[in-house]
Amino acid sequence: MRAEAGLVLASLIASLGDFDLAEDALQDAIAAALERWPRDGVPERPAGWLTVAARRRAVDRLRHRAVQADKADALRAKEELRRAELGEADETVPDERLRLLFTCCHPALAPEARVALTLRTLGGLSTEAVARAFLLPVPTLAKRLERAKAKIRDARIPYRVPPESEWTERLASVLAVLYLIFNEGYSATDAEPAARRSLCEEAIRLARVLAGLLPHEGEVHALLALMSLHDARRDARVGADGALVPLDEQDRRRWHRDELVAGLAALRAAAACPGRGAYQVQAAIAAAHVVEAETPWPTLASLYAELEALAPSPVVRVNRAVAEGRARGPAAGLALLAALERDDGARRLAGYAPYHAARADLLRRAGRSAEAAAAYREALALSRGEPERRHLAEQLARLPSGESG
Amino acid sequence: MQYALLFYSPPHTRIPESEREATLGKMLEQMAAWNEELRRAGVFRTGLRLAPVDAATSLRAQGSDVLVTDGPFAETKEILGGLVVLECADLDEALAWARKCPLTRAGTVEVRPEWGAARA
Repeated sequence: MRAEAGLVLASLIASLGDFDLAEDALQDAIAAALERWPRDGVPERPAGWLTVAARRRAVDRLRHRAVQADKADALRAKEELRRAELGEADETVPDERLRLLFTCCHPALAPEARVALTLRTLGGLSTEAVARAFLLPVPTLAKRLERAKAKIRDARIPYRVPPESEWTERLASVLAVLYLIFNEGYSATDAEPAARRSLCEEAIRLARVLAGLLPHEGEVHALLALMSLHDARRDARVGADGALVPLDEQDRRRWHRDELVAGLAALRAAAACPGRGAYQVQAAIAAAHVVEAETPWPTLASLYAELEALAPSPVVRVNRAVAEGRARGPAAGLALLAALERDDGARRLAGYAPYHAARADLLRRAGRSAEAAAAYREALALSRGEPERRHLAEQLARLPSGESG
Repeated sequence: MQYALLFYSPPHTRIPESEREATLGKMLEQMAAWNEELRRAGVFRTGLRLAPVDAATSLRAQGSDVLVTDGPFAETKEILGGLVVLECADLDEALAWARKCPLTRAGTVEVRPEWGAARA
């Protein structure tokens, strides 16, 4: 029912023009479905059934609202009611998710609100799950969602795919949000696998729709490529014991060939477009990992350097340090991390688990076991995901003991 | 739906005196052209260019009395210099007009929807 719910919600929001009304009506419809479907059987078109039921509930709610509205609001309430009644019994569920996506990612909304709203509305994540993913207290996130929905309604942010003149700005925001959805699905550890799976699929699906709409936008193809290449490795990246398997140790027979091929094709489509953006470099990095039998570390190191020039961040620097460490030895990687500490301040990095994990690995390979152990412990203390924790604990246990420190 | 476009910019006194007249003259010219475009498109409802904050007088409650003071509501780096009210279908239309406004390059244009779309 979850997949249907997302589609139905988007279509309800688009037709009713009101997030809260759509959400409430859908909740009512789902409650009715949970009662009716086990008794009467699942309808032939579940999404159509839910849509009709939700529209009826929305009309009831609007009717109630129209009665209670004071004079000033009565006219508008009636107008909305008429509009809602028109489509009440219509079983067709047009795919309005793209329109909704552009609305949720509107630049008039704060960036963090765009992400939260898209995840909540199109990703179908609970407020709690979104809050967890962004390390925010639930009430803070709930307030953020409320404020965003109120602004869409009060400032009348339209539900539509933006005109060409606004596309670049609007698209960048949409792509960023899609990639975050994908990553939430790809790396979240506290959600059930099926729910996470659908997030990845949804992000890829929406990216594919976008690529069809914007065949000349290299970054859309590139993001599609990036996500497909990652997703193709989903089964090989976690071992039987649940620990994360590093890329160069993954069983390539467990990679999904279809998705790899689709990802590489999308990367070629991106390369054929003018310009080379950050997603394309990231997709090239992902491709470099899969096309050759041996990981081409020097290529990766230079791609990460290119990426850092386009989109500098501690995350990119940490990955670049890992690649440099493999290409030119651990000392080169550690030097890049040391420079990062100087630029970025050790205090900000102190709470960033991948930094400690990368440093631990470089120190281990440099033979500095005692420092490596300390860094592994820091990484362990900060990591929340169980597979990551297991991987780190294993590495820590494997360190030669008896060194001083 | 009506949107107010509020124009905030640094006080004129920030512009070097030698350039002030030319700069303001050019801006007024551009604003007049923009205004004309708004009218032709039929979106213009009303507008007002405001005198400098030196001319402002503020009233606020003090206990059961009303206190009258010289000066604006708050001392800020950018001051409210004027506003227009536009009739637009949605925020995107209002933003498109605001983007065309010459003052977006000289200060800040704040777009505020009218009260009323909100529901209890």
